[in-house]
Amino acid sequence: MQGIIELRDVAKYYIMGEAIVKAVDGVSIKIGKGEFIAIMGPSGSGKSTAMNLVGSLDLATKGAIFLDNVNIEHLEESDLAQIRGQKIGFIFQSFNLIPNLTAKENITLPMIFQGMNREDREERAESLLKMVELSDRMDHYPNQLSGGQQQRVAIARSLANNPDIILADEPTGNLDTKTGELVMSFLEDLNKKGKTIIMVTHDPKLAMEHAETIYWLKDGKVEKVTERQGKVWKEKSIVKKRK
Amino acid sequence: MISDYIGIAFRNLRRRGIRSYLTLLGIFIGIAVVISLISLGNGLKVAVNSQFGISSTQVISVQAGGLTGYGPPGTGVIKPLTKDDAIAISKLNNVEKAVGRNVESLKLEYNSKSQIGFTTNIPSGEDRKFVYETIEISPLVGRLLKDGDSGVVVLGYNYYTNEETFGKIIKPGNRVLISGKSFEVIGITEKKGSFIFDNIIYMNEKDLEELTGDSETLDLIAVHVKTKEDMPQVKEDIERILRKIRNVKIGQEDFEVSTPEQALSTVNQILTGVQIFIVLIALISILVGAVGIVNTMTTSVLERKKEIGTMKAIGARNSDIFYQFFIEAGLLGLIGGIAGVVFGIGLGYLGTLAINNFIGSSTTPEISVALIVFALLGSFVIGSVSGIAPALRAAHQNPVEALRG
Repeated sequence: MQGIIELRDVAKYYIMGEAIVKAVDGVSIKIGKGEFIAIMGPSGSGKSTAMNLVGSLDLATKGAIFLDNVNIEHLEESDLAQIRGQKIGFIFQSFNLIPNLTAKENITLPMIFQGMNREDREERAESLLKMVELSDRMDHYPNQLSGGQQQRVAIARSLANNPDIILADEPTGNLDTKTGELVMSFLEDLNKKGKTIIMVTHDPKLAMEHAETIYWLKDGKVEKVTERQGKVWKEKSIVKKRK
Repeated sequence: MISDYIGIAFRNLRRRGIRSYLTLLGIFIGIAVVISLISLGNGLKVAVNSQFGISSTQVISVQAGGLTGYGPPGTGVIKPLTKDDAIAISKLNNVEKAVGRNVESLKLEYNSKSQIGFTTNIPSGEDRKFVYETIEISPLVGRLLKDGDSGVVVLGYNYYTNEETFGKIIKPGNRVLISGKSFEVIGITEKKGSFIFDNIIYMNEKDLEELTGDSETLDLIAVHVKTKEDMPQVKEDIERILRKIRNVKIGQEDFEVSTPEQALSTVNQILTGVQIFIVLIALISILVGAVGIVNTMTTSVLERKKEIGTMKAIGARNSDIFYQFFIEAGLLGLIGGIAGVVFGIGLGYLGTLAINNFIGSSTTPEISVALIVFALLGSFVIGSVSGIAPALRAAHQNPVEALRG
């Protein structure tokens, strides 16, 4: 299976005063195209840092990160931003819509950054809004939308440049159970259409309900990797991960 | 793409509402002051220049005495000019005409009230035409003086409109006493916007000479030059010939030959000095405005940290972020500039109106398109330059930290 994102023995250290905080310390993750994986862990486990590294928002202190077989460490800032915009769609816990742009304009934003022309991006934004069933909310501002609606706009935005990877950080964290389920069903649909979904969560139930592979993080390391086989979860051999 | 950023920038400014407008205040005041001052300043110069009554630039004036300043001609004269002087000047090369002019302070009585009025002679024949053209007068009611008129006068505009001095206005057909002699008023001149010319009494030369008993001396000789280019040369020639006639050495002249440019440039220098001073103050205001924009934009970067992080996550390059803040700051400056220009023009009009009312002139504000374009461009540049540092700060936010908010 070809890896679309691969972290090879990646570490991220922060310097806090005199102490060095090893937020992520020697993590290897290989994610294949079309997979639905979850990165699980309690707070302080390093899962947020891991997500930033997977999303190429942050560069590793040690180790190498490959996005579509390209080592992102050697990329210029502007190239990295462009590649990120093309290949990864972000969904955040608190939606992160731009407050003074309408739903439609929020969705066009990633396309503006890719230099797409106005007609094309407006057409695409409208079709994406239709997909998340919010065509009638096109010109609403984020504060005129409910949480669930905002997250659906965010999902539409993440798909703007038709990326291969959707990176969702606690996508249901700010939603009630019912709307959370609706949002998850959209993600499941996207996965069925071939998108690679990477979900970061602290909620094992959510992870086990939707993901196929779960990386369990603890103290900056991968504690275990479990895989769904039919209806049961089996631990992957950690040994296999290390050469 | 830039047009998209302009749209986004407008949204951001609108969202911040009152805070945006407060930021604009410095730029607004500065631009308004500069625009109103310059449009008013030109009007001011016109107004002051018109007070001298020098409208034709082809006339050189010769007066006796040293520098008599800008008081009424003829005051402080030691050895007056004579008609012979005028004849000598008129024979010079490139001189079209040299006309003797007299201004006398005479008592004018009407309705049992009296006032000292400047009375000026109007010569006859061709010279009459020249004088009328030079001082640019035309009748508002009645007519101007003509050859053969005797015992009649034409009065300035104020006698016809201002009833405070004599208890009632003076109209053509009324009789007035000048130096005790009765004259009939036959005409009133149109408003000149000059204190002297609107309060003057025009009298045929012969009448005035009889009244004063002086038919030799002149207060001023108005020299009409054939072409404007000859003016400096003619000025030198006049000085040379008058030195000879009056028997004085270079540097000891008891007369003064002045071109209109000279007179105007002195006044204009003073006005320019005042303008420069006020513009300096306006520039300080603009500088304060610029600092305000830096401050607002920096605050805005901090407030929008999470937005910046989000935009970076969804593919914005540093340059994309930079341009958004840069353009926003520029627009902030530009809006301040637009408001300033509009307000400044309004102020220019009001100021001119006030000047016109105060000194009885009739100037219009001089609004130059180039100045407006320059002011708008300048305010945009000031805004965007102020935005550079905050925009760079926004652009170089670490996406991870920015996303944390």
